[in-house]
Amino acid sequence: MLELVDLGHNYGSYRAIDRVNLKVAQGEVVCIVGPSGCGKSTLLRSIAGLIKPTGGTVLLDGKPVDGSPENLAVVFQDYSRSLYPWMSALANVSLPLRRRGLDKKKREAAAMNALDQVGLSGAAAKYPWEMSGGMQQRVSIARALAYQPKLLLMDEPFGSVDAQTREELEDLTLRVCAHHGMTILLITHDVDESVYVGDRVVVLSKAPGTVVGDLPVQLPGPRDQIHTRELEAFVRLRAEVGRLVRGITPYRNTHGYGVETR
Amino acid sequence: MRRATFGVLRLWIVPVALVLWELVTRMAGSPYFPPPTQIAGQLYDMWLSGPLSQLLLTDDALNTFGPSLGRLLAAWIIAGVLGVAFGVALGRIRGLADYADPVLQFLRALPPPLLVPIFFVLFKIGTPTQLAVIVFGVIWPVLVNTTDGCRAVDKGFLETARVFQFSRYDVLRRVILPAAMPKIFAGLRLSLSLALILMVVSELVGSNSGIGYSLLYAQQSYDYAGVWAHIVLLGVLGLLFNALFLVAEGRVLSWHANARRTV
Ligand SMILES: Nc1ncnc2c1ncn2[C@@H]1O[C@H](COP(=O)(O)OP(=O)(O)OP(=O)(O)O)[C@@H](O)[C@H]1O
Ligand SMILES: [Mg+2]
Repeated sequence: MLELVDLGHNYGSYRAIDRVNLKVAQGEVVCIVGPSGCGKSTLLRSIAGLIKPTGGTVLLDGKPVDGSPENLAVVFQDYSRSLYPWMSALANVSLPLRRRGLDKKKREAAAMNALDQVGLSGAAAKYPWEMSGGMQQRVSIARALAYQPKLLLMDEPFGSVDAQTREELEDLTLRVCAHHGMTILLITHDVDESVYVGDRVVVLSKAPGTVVGDLPVQLPGPRDQIHTRELEAFVRLRAEVGRLVRGITPYRNTHGYGVETR
Repeated sequence: MRRATFGVLRLWIVPVALVLWELVTRMAGSPYFPPPTQIAGQLYDMWLSGPLSQLLLTDDALNTFGPSLGRLLAAWIIAGVLGVAFGVALGRIRGLADYADPVLQFLRALPPPLLVPIFFVLFKIGTPTQLAVIVFGVIWPVLVNTTDGCRAVDKGFLETARVFQFSRYDVLRRVILPAAMPKIFAGLRLSLSLALILMVVSELVGSNSGIGYSLLYAQQSYDYAGVWAHIVLLGVLGLLFNALFLVAEGRVLSWHANARRTV
């Protein structure tokens, strides 16, 4: 459904991303990992139509993206600037639903449900500035999930929450998206997370960012925080991604393990 | 609680100043500077000796204050609405400000009292002219602040609105206006105090009612205590408006005050 062709972007003369090629199928969960400053947010903003890339094209369902596409939700990295401080959490989550043609009662019910799922049903009436960073981040996730977009872009969405909440949110996101058939592009700098959440892990090189690895994640069954993470395949893949992120060329080690890079 | 107590305690300065004023004016004995007790007496006789059913206000008070305050509020509201409307347009429509700026700077530099003759010709004597003078004088703080506020809306807020495809109306009503509201209120507050001044000025020239007219009348009848009573009245009105405004602002912008306190 999403295709990036030779996508590149310059800020002035500074090259942030360089010839990124990527194809994402409907319903796929793709994680993008890369070192800080390699252009991950730039990539996401190009897809969301918030910046006009200086080179290449973004295709959504075969059509080039011009402006913000329909049925898209973004969980911004900078969550504090994306929630409106003059509205309660509930109002923040339900505001985008106005587009969905729901009446006020239905909107609030849907928003309440989403807040409940991220564990914030008690904080619905709170304003963003009354919440911790992690809570704000969860409101912003709730807003995106309640919107039920076809394509969900998440920019380091679990950065400010504790480890356990993070695991819960990872599972929640996977569950909700699978249920609604959403496609997800999730940006993270956490190698572990990328392998756990993704159907595929795409690794970007350091600036200017370009794709240096595209690894399918083949792990059995529904993911489980404890069980999946102790699988040998998980550990191997994590090592592989870690190497790519650090810029170490992939190699087949003495045990014969290793993953083909595409 | 502590702040309130401090606020009350700080008022000790008021009686001290009054006593000093009384002593100095009594010693000086100038007819142009009557002592405050005499001013208070005049104030009471003119305006505050009415029946309880009129909140102690005399008929004279009602007939003087009524038209003045009516014009002041009407003009302030008109200026507020126009100022916000034009300010939003100037702040959000790219390029418009560049065209409009020279004209606006020119108009803004004109002192409103000097325009009274022109407004006379346009609107004839009476309320419309006075409204025009006040509106013309007080629209600028609202306009300038609204423009600034709308221009400075955080990019993050607007990007969110774009991604979730808010309608144009929702962007204006739920993102831009609330984000600019602190600035708009600052402008409205400035223009309210300006409106009080311009109300008096507009009534000094070619009017036959209102506080300004009554002040002029007292002056021309050599009633200096009466003149001072008007001055005191205007000061009290200014204080009162400001206090009422701050209460309203506190309600509308509670998110802003609180957000700033926590960040
Ligand atoms: N608006 C901008 N103007 C100029 N340079 C920019 C702008 N936005 C980003 N950059 C630069 O582009 C590069 C990539 O930025 P980007 O935000 O995409 O990185 P990132 O991979 O998301 O980093 P992080 O992991 O820290 O969020 C950085 O070097 C940054 O300084
Ligand atoms: Mg980033």
